[in-house]
Amino acid sequence: MRQRYRVLIGKPGLDGHDRGARFIARALRDAGFEVIYTGIRRTPEEIAAAAVQEDVAAVGLSSMSGAHLRLFPAVAEALARAGAADIPILGGGIIPDEDRPLLEQAGISGIYTPGTPVDTIVQAFREACERHYRGRQ
Amino acid sequence: MTGLDRLLREVHAGNPRSVARAITLVEDGLEQGTAILASLDRQRLARALVVGITGPVGAGKSTLTGRLVRFFLDQGERLGIVAVDPSSPFSGGALLGDRVRMMTQATDDRVLIRSMATRGRLGGLCTAAGAAVRIMAAAGYRLILVETVGVGQSEWDVARLADITLVVLAPGFGDDIQAMKAGLLEVADLLVINKADLPGARKLLLELQGMAEKDVLETSAVRDEGIGRLGQRILELEQELRRTNRLEEGRRQARESEALDWLLERLREPLARLVREEGAAGCDPRITAERLLERIGALG
Repeated sequence: MRQRYRVLIGKPGLDGHDRGARFIARALRDAGFEVIYTGIRRTPEEIAAAAVQEDVAAVGLSSMSGAHLRLFPAVAEALARAGAADIPILGGGIIPDEDRPLLEQAGISGIYTPGTPVDTIVQAFREACERHYRGRQ
Repeated sequence: MTGLDRLLREVHAGNPRSVARAITLVEDGLEQGTAILASLDRQRLARALVVGITGPVGAGKSTLTGRLVRFFLDQGERLGIVAVDPSSPFSGGALLGDRVRMMTQATDDRVLIRSMATRGRLGGLCTAAGAAVRIMAAAGYRLILVETVGVGQSEWDVARLADITLVVLAPGFGDDIQAMKAGLLEVADLLVINKADLPGARKLLLELQGMAEKDVLETSAVRDEGIGRLGQRILELEQELRRTNRLEEGRRQARESEALDWLLERLREPLARLVREEGAAGCDPRITAERLLERIGALG
């Protein structure tokens, strides 16, 4: 295992409910990750640019306002335009089950809704990072 | 062409993904990182200007840095920013949040922001900060702003790395005795009183002017006041340092001290192993150290 995993936690769109995002950011910090936090109300392009400049191994997005079907794929597209389609995206928040297939199709590699144990989420980030860093070699 | 050659070419072409990757390779202590540092464009390194921004927690360093970025962009510069935040002493993890206050420039391709964690280092920076600065400079970001963690009285690593060091203060952080103490204020090239719109700013200004023979500038980063004057002063100071060769002399000393840092960093683990083998129980730590030094001497 490598020394430090770098991940980015971002909140795209106009939704200002960042408790969940902050909670996950802190949990990842406490699990030894280096977490870049972008704050609320970011555009997909801002999140993608930050992910590239920070050379993160995974991006976590949070949405509580129902705009995930639009915003999560938009971040995936922005990453692809920035030449960083290989950075995995994990999503969380208020997301109905029937939206999962659409998000997976759009390249979101995991969806975590309220009630998911935090260890499950940390483990998902760890595995996403491990896969990504293996791909770099 | 090997992967490394391609990466080097892309770094020098200013490709942000490659610049970021190169910094990671150095930060993680990988071999390719060393190879990259050996092949950076020296002319670009010589042209670059490194500005350190330090000061106590909450003085407004990140907000001020964001404003300075705007000012220097308007002057036609390309900017790299290295923003350092502390690592947890327990988990080793970190929350890097300086970007939050610089997001207005996030998608401008003339700006590259890299957040870094201290990874156990004290002194306000991380060990790889100097390397990150040089990679950015070689990539064509001529002006590089290095923002330290929030510092107390004795973290001034940045003053060695930077050509020009700003110490950012704000009203309400303590009385004039604090400012008289040795340390942080001494390493400043420019003193900045941020939040100059708040009560107490005038008093702080008089105190600082009374004791330090340095320029003191007032800003309010939130209100976007005083930024142009500060930016101009930085560029004037650069001209002065270049004219008098003090810039080159400062960098020579910085290179020496950074080489020593890397050396100590590399020695830390083998030495820690030696201490564990020796066992420090029942003996004064100083005496354990003396005994180990003798052993190393005998080995050498």
